[in-house]
This record gives sequence, structure tokens and C-alpha cells, in this order.
Amino acid sequence: MGDAILRAEALRAFYALDIYGKTKIIQAVNDVDLEIRENEVYGIAGESGCGKSTLLKALAAAIEPPLRLMGGKVVYRVNGAEIDVATLSQEEKRRLRMTYIAYVPQGSMSVLNPVMRIRDTYRDFIESHLDVRQKGEAFALAREHLVELGLPPKILDAYPHQLSGGMRQRVTIALATLLKPRIIIGDEPTTALDVVVQRGVVQLLRDVQSRLKNTIVLVTHDMGVHANIADRIGIMYAGKIVEEASAERIFGAPTHPYTRYLIDSLPRFGDKTPRESVPGSPPSLANPPSGCPFHPRCPHAMEICKREMPGFTRVAPDHRVACWLVGEGSYGKAA
Amino acid sequence: MRLFRDLLRDVRFAVAFWVLCLLLTFAALSLFSPYDPTRWGQVPRDLRPSAEHWLGTDSNGQDVFWNATFAVRNSLIIAVIAGVVSRIIAVIVGMVAGYRGGSWDRALMFLSDSLLVIPLFLIIVMMAMLIRASLNLATLGLLLAFFGWAWDARLIRSQILSLRERDFTQTAILSGTGTLKLVLNEYMPYAMPLIFSTLINNMAWAIGLEITLAILGLLDMSIPTLGTMLYWAINYQAILLGRWWWVLTPITLSVMLFIALYWLSVSISEYLDPRTRVQRVGA
Amino acid sequence: MEKLLEVENLTKIFTLGSVLSRVKITAVDNISFFIRPAEIFALAGESGCGKSTTARIIMGFERATSGTIIHNGRREGKNEKVWFTEGIQAIFQDPFATFNPLRTVERYFFETIQNYRLATSKQEAIERIDAKLRLVGLTYDDLAGKYPSEFSGGQLQRISIARALLTDPKLIIADEPVSMVDASLRMSIVNLFKRLRDDFGVSVLYITHDLATAYYVCDRIAIMFRGKIVEMGTVEQVLMAPKHPYTQLLRASIPEADPARRWQGMIRLSDIEQDEYLRQGCRFAGRCPHVMDVCRRVTPPQFDVDGAQVACHLYAEMPRSDEVLIASQGQ
Repeated sequence: MGDAILRAEALRAFYALDIYGKTKIIQAVNDVDLEIRENEVYGIAGESGCGKSTLLKALAAAIEPPLRLMGGKVVYRVNGAEIDVATLSQEEKRRLRMTYIAYVPQGSMSVLNPVMRIRDTYRDFIESHLDVRQKGEAFALAREHLVELGLPPKILDAYPHQLSGGMRQRVTIALATLLKPRIIIGDEPTTALDVVVQRGVVQLLRDVQSRLKNTIVLVTHDMGVHANIADRIGIMYAGKIVEEASAERIFGAPTHPYTRYLIDSLPRFGDKTPRESVPGSPPSLANPPSGCPFHPRCPHAMEICKREMPGFTRVAPDHRVACWLVGEGSYGKAA
Repeated sequence: MRLFRDLLRDVRFAVAFWVLCLLLTFAALSLFSPYDPTRWGQVPRDLRPSAEHWLGTDSNGQDVFWNATFAVRNSLIIAVIAGVVSRIIAVIVGMVAGYRGGSWDRALMFLSDSLLVIPLFLIIVMMAMLIRASLNLATLGLLLAFFGWAWDARLIRSQILSLRERDFTQTAILSGTGTLKLVLNEYMPYAMPLIFSTLINNMAWAIGLEITLAILGLLDMSIPTLGTMLYWAINYQAILLGRWWWVLTPITLSVMLFIALYWLSVSISEYLDPRTRVQRVGA
Repeated sequence: MEKLLEVENLTKIFTLGSVLSRVKITAVDNISFFIRPAEIFALAGESGCGKSTTARIIMGFERATSGTIIHNGRREGKNEKVWFTEGIQAIFQDPFATFNPLRTVERYFFETIQNYRLATSKQEAIERIDAKLRLVGLTYDDLAGKYPSEFSGGQLQRISIARALLTDPKLIIADEPVSMVDASLRMSIVNLFKRLRDDFGVSVLYITHDLATAYYVCDRIAIMFRGKIVEMGTVEQVLMAPKHPYTQLLRASIPEADPARRWQGMIRLSDIEQDEYLRQGCRFAGRCPHVMDVCRRVTPPQFDVDGAQVACHLYAEMPRSDEVLIASQGQ
């Protein structure tokens, strides 16, 4: 594991929706500090509406209205130099995309054109990003890449609808990794897939990562997928990271009450002991609770939890928790 | 009331609404007309606009202003009859075809497709010629209604078809709700914007067709409508002879009517669009 | 052995495409199973295995091509929707699609009560609604006058269950009830099913692709693959000691929430799905590691393996399930 390649500092990104004259602010990413390292798989876990997809958008420098960057910054380290994403022009961002940072969405249909053969999608992609003169050259490159990833090259001649969902998703991943990006960002890339297919896709991602020695940032709500691929996991709740540790520690020694509930509620084979859900309902990001956003659902809530959001406390090397139960929160705040 | 306030915030709706109010008032003035609209030669012919005759008089010896109040009223009556009756047909046909499906669907859609592929205009012209003797405001409205529902029935049907596949249809069935109540309670809120906007569009279409039929001389020319006013103006070469007040009055009134109806339809259907509506309820 | 619902030789064939290029897809292929009173029975498999089609046929939203459904000892027939829906209620996958977003949620409750004549006055209706909502951890006041968009997914799913309970059904069909509910809230839904079974004797047909929750909540399970039931038995038998190669693959593909036990080795996926529907013989033959000659030709019957029914030629020396059944009835 290496140095930080991607950093978020006090990142705040809100949606401003205008609904018939009334402006609604959704605090999707609220004060997130994050450091993602080279050659690791970083998982972001949390329930729907906790802001994890928005965080990904901010990290991928894909903030577009109605989403707005309200504060903080995202920093990439490209070839040893640190770049603040906010200072990049559209053209520079476009160039970084795919060559430096690649994005794998949940559904492959937004990437693959349904009326084009896979080979044509590849050719368009290669021609717009690489300086390829001959038609055959692009095709050879695509073919070589697919073989490298263990996909049958004959799929280049197929239309997207002729492929199974899992194969489509793997083709999308293959496309995203063609230019050997240093960072791959995946937004629920396996969620719509069946378990057997999901396993294939996760294997492919792992395979790509070990081959390229790059960084994968993976958002999914499926803790099983995190357990299978992530090196480190950040648990997100109501727009904030509340706990971050290695996968072993998140599953073995969860510390934040929310994480504990999350891990304990997972059903396991061979164990039928009753399991409990997190009590209450997830908060609305348009109107988040004061202080620690988890306090209305937390069985250990104290007075201070209602007033103030705790900073991070380091409970072990590489394991930080934002909870008043474990400490004052002196570590981890960038300031 | 909240609905109305929200709508008035849309400039297009506000303009359309006030223009329509103006035109309705104008039409209502016909009740106070000093002249009988069916009689000619009541005033001196071809006078320019003056204090006595605000919009001048025409070659038939009628006061243009008062005649126009009757014209707007009658055109609106035809449009409302055509619009409302054809809406009723379209909703019934669309909902039965969409929800019952099967042979009902095939039969009804065959009917509506037939109406869509035949050259509608020629048929209406022929029908108008055939029943010209008994062609008053109501029969003309019904004639237009009979030919004006086919496309909108298709639109409603396709909307019902997609709603039928939504889970809440099954929830309603499992709640023991009968077919009629299900369609009215569950689907009507979704069909309403469509019904509204097609109603207004259909009214505009009916007014347009009425004008066309009148210019072709196929209507009872003694009933003043926007169309028959134009017919007489053209017939007496009003443009050539520089009697602009006679020509411009029906034209200006119809243009105002068309624009008002169009903006009304656009802003109402935008407002009632279920997608934005879901965000508003309980927001 | 009492049976609440019995499905016999159910088949559903969909015809796709136009007149010229007609393709017949057998979505459900001659399946049989039964559900006992106060039992949670899982129908599990990947998307396109026919589990949801089976559920839709049982609910009466789809007509079977052939086969019969026996409910409460009565055969399904024409014009008998009323008894049918009275004993059976359903919960859907997407809690936000379950209720019309333009109508208040309580309307569905009052309509159910009105249509089934469950109360004589508004006060009585509210009391009944409140009682059912309390079972799922809500009250009538939480619900009154609100639209679906004002609730979270987990809440809506519990409201959906409360609505289903209004008619006191004996069987609830739950089609992927937790797949769109957050992981942290899933257990609250799943635990409800357990409580309904234990305290009220309600049976649940639990349709899912999530074998881990199926193991947690269900008594028996049937694994479906491309329209066929390949393995059926108690969850302990099927999920802790899977016998059919497909079940084994499925079981091994569940991501376990334990970083110490990550997947090892690679797996084979089918490239083009339609092939497997059209395949002769066993539909898993194209991917099966133990494939034999006979698998490609003959559709395997169900064999009785340690009490579970397994449709695989690997167990050809075991007694056939139908023979075991006849023998047990003869005694």
C-alpha cells in the first residue's frame, strides 16, 4: 500500500433543487475527509440516500448542477504532483477521465450503445482517447485487452442485447480499464446482477486491480461484496464518514454503533440466532438531525451527541471512528 | 385555490388566463347587443370605426363589434361541445381498450385507427355538405366531436397500458377494488393532465376546422361565428377594398383565442405532470 | 400431512417476437411444490429463473399454460377470484411502487376494509388499521393523510405488510420483499415474517435471490434454475449441504460478510442467456463441472437424496422422488 492518490478535504457537496418556487437543499456530502491510497481497494458502504453516490461524483470530478460543491476540495496526485480538481478546466478534466480516473456505473446500458456492435463502441472509445491511425490497430488493441481479462474476444462482434447482463457489465469494466487508469471508481457496479454473475464481476475487478496495481474506489450497499474485495472500508451515514478501517477490523471489530448494527444484522449461513435491524428510519438529508446524525437512532446517545458532531478518534492504527463513546475526536480532523 | 395560485405564477398561464377572461367577457357582451345578429341591414354599410360603431360596420349592414361578440360566443360553444364530447368518448374508449385488453382492445383500436387513416378533412366536408340544412351549433360540435377522439383515445390507452403493469395496480386488486373504481381512483390522476391538455388542443382544433368549413361556405352563413365573419369579409373583397376593420377583427380574435388556448394547455399539463407532482405532494 | 397450497406440474410458456420470428420461452417448466400451514417456504434463484412468474400465477395475475394450483383443498378455477384473494395477500419488491404516489397511503387500507366488509363504522375501521399497523411497529397516526413519498422504503414495506394483514390471510406471497430495502433495515422486515408465522400461523411464500436471508428466515427452500426446480428441501439440507452442482455454485457465490473467507478460483458464466432456456436435457449442462453425456440428452427427474429432492443425473442411483412419495402414501 502506497501514498495517498486521492484526497478529499472537508468536502461538502449539496443538491439545490428548485421545486415550484421552493428551494430544497439536500446535504448529500457534508464535511468528508478522506484519503485513498495507491494500490488499494477502498470501499464506501452505507444505505441508500446516505450520500455515497454523490461522494463518488465529487471524487470523480463530475459535479454538475443541481449538485454543487459548497466547500472543501478534492485533490488528485498525478505523476507525483498534487492537483486541486476545482482548478481544472473542462478539457483537462476530460483528458484525465479514462486515462487517469475511470468510472464504472451500475447499469452498462448507459455506456454501451444498444445499436452498435461492441467492436464499434471500442473503436469510438479508442479513437477519441488515443492517437490510433489504422482501423485494424484499434481492433487489435481491444482484442488483446479482452483476452488479457479472460473475456471471449468473439463478443466484439455482438450487440449489447445479445450478451447477458454479467457479460455486459464485464465488457463495461474492460472498456473502463482499457487505458490503464490509476483510479477506477465503481458506483454499485454489481448491484443489478445475480450472485453468480456478481462473483464473476468482482473477480474481474480484483484481477484488474492486482494487474494494474492501481486504486479502486467501490460504492455498494452490499457488505458481502465489501468483505470480498475491499482493503479498507469507510462507513457513511447521512453525508458523513462515521468510521473507517481495514475490512478485517470493520467486520471483526466494528466500533461505531451504526457500524455495529450494520455488521450484526447481516444474516450468516449456519447461524439462525435472531438479528436486529437498526432501530428507527434513516434521516432525511434535506433536514439532517443536529450534532451526530445517528443520535436519534442510537441506543447510547448522550447529551453531547445531540449538540455536536464528534471528530475522529483513532482506536487502532488505521482505524478511525467519529463517536463520542470512544473519545473526544482529536484525531483525523484535518484542521 | 393553491393550485390556481401556483399556476398563476407561470407567466404563460397568467397571460392565457387573462386573455381568455377578456374573450369570455367579450362573448358575454353579446347578451346586451342592441342588434339581432341574424338580420342584415340594421346599420349603414361599410362605415369606418367611430364612436358610434367602435369597430365599424360591414357590407351586410351589421355592426362589426356586436357581431364579433356573437361570433366568439358561438365559436366557443362549438369548441366546448366538440372538446367535451370527444373527451368523453376518448376516455371511455382509451380506458376500456387499455384495461380490458384482448378483443375489446383490438376492436376499439381498429375503430380509432380507421378514423385516423381516412382523410378526415374530406369526410367532414362531405358530412357537412350532406347535413348542411340541419347544421346548427350543436350538430356541428357533435360532428367534430365524432371525428376528434381517435388519437387521444390512443394516448390514454397507452398510458393505461403502462399503469396497468405498475405494482400499485396489483395492490389495488389485492385490496379487493373493482375494475371501475380501480380505473377511476388509480389511473384518473395520471390521465388528468393528458385529458386536460388534449381537451384544450381539441377545442383549438375545432375552432380552426369551423373557420375552414365556414370559409369554404359549408356552414349556415346566417349564424355569426369567427369563420362566417371571415367568409363574408372575404366574399365582399374586404381586403382589396381596404375595409381592414372587418377582416382584422375576426383574425385578431382567433389568434388571441389560439394563443390563449395553447399556453393554457402547455402550462396546465406541465403543472399536472405526475413526475413533478410527486415531488410536490407532501414535499 | 396438511398442505395449505399445492402447485402441481405448473408450466408457463411465453411467446416472444413477431409472427415471423417466434421464440417460445418456457419460463416455468413443470414445477411442483407445496406449502404447509405456518411455514415460510422460499422459492430462490437468479433473475429469469421463473420464480416471480410462479408467484404471479399463484396470485392470479397471470394464467398458467398448464398445471394446477390447489389452495385450501380447492382447485383453482374460473370465476373464483374472490376466495382466492381472500386467503392470499402479497407484498412486492419495490415499496415505492406498491402504492400510487398520487394517492394517500391510508386510502388503500380503507378500501380493503370497505371491499371486504371488515368493519361497520369508520371508528371500527381505524381501530382495525391501527391494530395491524402496530404489528409492524407503526400506528394509524403515523399514516393518516400521508403520501408514499413521505415514508422511507423500510417504512413503506412494513406498511405494505400491514395492508396485506388486514384481511387476515393464511398465505402471504412476498416477491423479493427486502431486495430494495437497506441492509440495516432488512432484518426488521424479515423478523416480521418470522413473527407472523410463529404468533399468527401465517405461511409465507418467500421469493428471493438472497440465500442468506432465506437461510435465516425460511423452513424449506426450492432452488429454481431456468424454469425448473433443481433442488428442494429444508434450508439446512439445501443451503448447508447443497447437492445439485448449480446449488453448489450458487451457494459458493454468495459473498460472505467475512474478509477472511474470500472467493477463491474463477467461475464460468453463460455468455448468452437464451441458450440455456432452449437447451435440451439439463439446462445447467453447459456450465456444470460434472457434466455427463446423459445430461445433454435427458432432462433429469427428481431424485430423493437424504430427504431433499435433487434434479440431477449424478444421483441416478438414488430412488426417484415420485416413487418415494407413492411408497410413503401406500404405507
